[in-house]
Amino acid sequence: MQLSNRSKKVSNKKMTFAEKIYLPAIAGGLSITLKHFFRKNTATIKYPEQQRPMSQVFRGLHILKRDEEGRERCTACGLCALACPAEAITMVAEERKKGEEHLYREEKYASTYEVNMLRCIFCGLCEEACPKEAIFLQNNVMAPAFFERDQVIYGKDKLVEPVKKV
Amino acid sequence: MITTELAPINKDELMRSMGSKNLIAEDAVYLNDLTTLNLGPTHPATHGIFQNILQMDGERIVSGEPTVGYIHRAFEKIAENRPYYQITPLTDRMNYCSSPINNIGWWMTVEKLLGVQVPQKAQYMRIIMMELARIADHLICNSILGVDTGAFTGFLYVFQKREDIYEIYEEVCGARLTTNMGRLGGMERDFNDIAIAKIKKFIKDFPPVMKEFQSLFDRNRIFMDRTIDVGGITAERALNYGFTGPNLRATGVDYDVRVMNPYSGYQDFQFEVPIGESGDTYDRYCVRNEEIWQSLRIIEQAMEKLPKAEGGHFANDARYYLPAKADVYTKMEALIYHFKIIMGEIDAPVGEVYHAVEGGNGELGYYLISDGGRTPYRLHFRRPCFIYYQAFPEMCVGQSLSDAILTMSSLNVIAGELDA
Ligand code: SF4
Ligand code: SF4
Repeated sequence: MQLSNRSKKVSNKKMTFAEKIYLPAIAGGLSITLKHFFRKNTATIKYPEQQRPMSQVFRGLHILKRDEEGRERCTACGLCALACPAEAITMVAEERKKGEEHLYREEKYASTYEVNMLRCIFCGLCEEACPKEAIFLQNNVMAPAFFERDQVIYGKDKLVEPVKKV
Repeated sequence: MITTELAPINKDELMRSMGSKNLIAEDAVYLNDLTTLNLGPTHPATHGIFQNILQMDGERIVSGEPTVGYIHRAFEKIAENRPYYQITPLTDRMNYCSSPINNIGWWMTVEKLLGVQVPQKAQYMRIIMMELARIADHLICNSILGVDTGAFTGFLYVFQKREDIYEIYEEVCGARLTTNMGRLGGMERDFNDIAIAKIKKFIKDFPPVMKEFQSLFDRNRIFMDRTIDVGGITAERALNYGFTGPNLRATGVDYDVRVMNPYSGYQDFQFEVPIGESGDTYDRYCVRNEEIWQSLRIIEQAMEKLPKAEGGHFANDARYYLPAKADVYTKMEALIYHFKIIMGEIDAPVGEVYHAVEGGNGELGYYLISDGGRTPYRLHFRRPCFIYYQAFPEMCVGQSLSDAILTMSSLNVIAGELDA
């Protein structure tokens, strides 16, 4: 059936004599595979020792960033939890008290912040939603394998960027 | 006029057209001699989780009964409770061999509902990603078909190139398989230099590999003997079932959504629609191979047009497209829009739209009913695999078991898309 004038017949099921006797095809196929056998380009890498370069925008494991003065940036606005299609993020907000200004940048902060890595699909929507430059998906760290289920609920201890030593 | 009702299958005629002899015996004695074989749900040769209960007469299949639903994840129901932008990750998981097509198709549906105009540059970027996805999808299908006929080598050769495509995805959207690509009104970011370099490198490096792959299979007698006249379906039956895409084109009907109903600027591109003769496995293989070449042609043209295309990589419509991050951090208005969009309050009009794209497997349609809220009222995915799988028993009756495996893999039934 012709619906447009762009069609093009592509399959030809008639075999020529040379194709019927099959021997030339064996030789042709073998020559291709042999060529590959002697070729020096390996497609694989020796993974744990050798890592492939990841793209700058790769969506890996989460990190909660600190600002230049080492204070937590997250203000527990909850946008990331709202944007998360997998409902992986939970948090509890708390008011910043006097004397904690060196710990938290905003007046409100997340006293607990958990990402359930079993639910997370690494879609990157939390990173996109954050208005405070707090949560990021790192491009060089992946969520590691685990042995116990509670190991995959990442709390603030694992998520917050460690304080830079001066 | 294509009727929606299926004509009753005349079994005798069906058997004759499949070339089998004397398989029909109405008497129960004969039926008692049949073997029931459970092909699946987790059989390695089915490439996914489907079950087929086959009635076998020795090595021949007498009837088949497919079961669907093994990985049903209720996407259509979940989508009813999600704002529009959170549905993209769901579409990733349908045809996971070509997720960018699903993502972008979904965004085009929402844009149709909201009436957003996408700039030309974003359209061309989308076309590049969609065609790369099509190449990746067809490469898998054809090389796995090779594996099912017993030829493993070609599969390994082309897989390296598929890996290159995945690296391009990674550069564009940040993930390889579950891409979550595109945003309402365009793409999430412009192609960076590495992405452009990688696409150019792919265009240069891919043809020799593809030629090599084809020289291993196309005219190979064993491959031809295994695939010609296996799993055939007539154009009429295929249309009655609702076939689209490469599987319909293999029967000789040149229906392609990109040509019949151009979207995203496909009308600006030169390409041909490959068709087959009789709709058997070999035809499907040849059609997919040629489509890979045509997709490559489209990518080449799009890369040429991209620097000259008008507009940026997103529609400049503050109501729908997230403001730039730097503005969100400093400007109040941007922050308000940011909150509004993330909360999903995008004032969708009441209405219903249907949008179809030419997916890796055929016409991938999105039927969206909106009642004005932040979530769809109802969303239906028209999944081509679901339709092919209905036809599978009819196509494999009268064949041997090994041919049924080939039929299934050349139909490219993907479990994620089948069940949604
Ligand atoms: S990456 Fe996606 S799924 Fe994971 S926590 Fe962020 S929003 Fe949720
Ligand atoms: S990480 Fe960002 S989006 Fe999430 S609560 Fe903190 S400030 Fe808000």
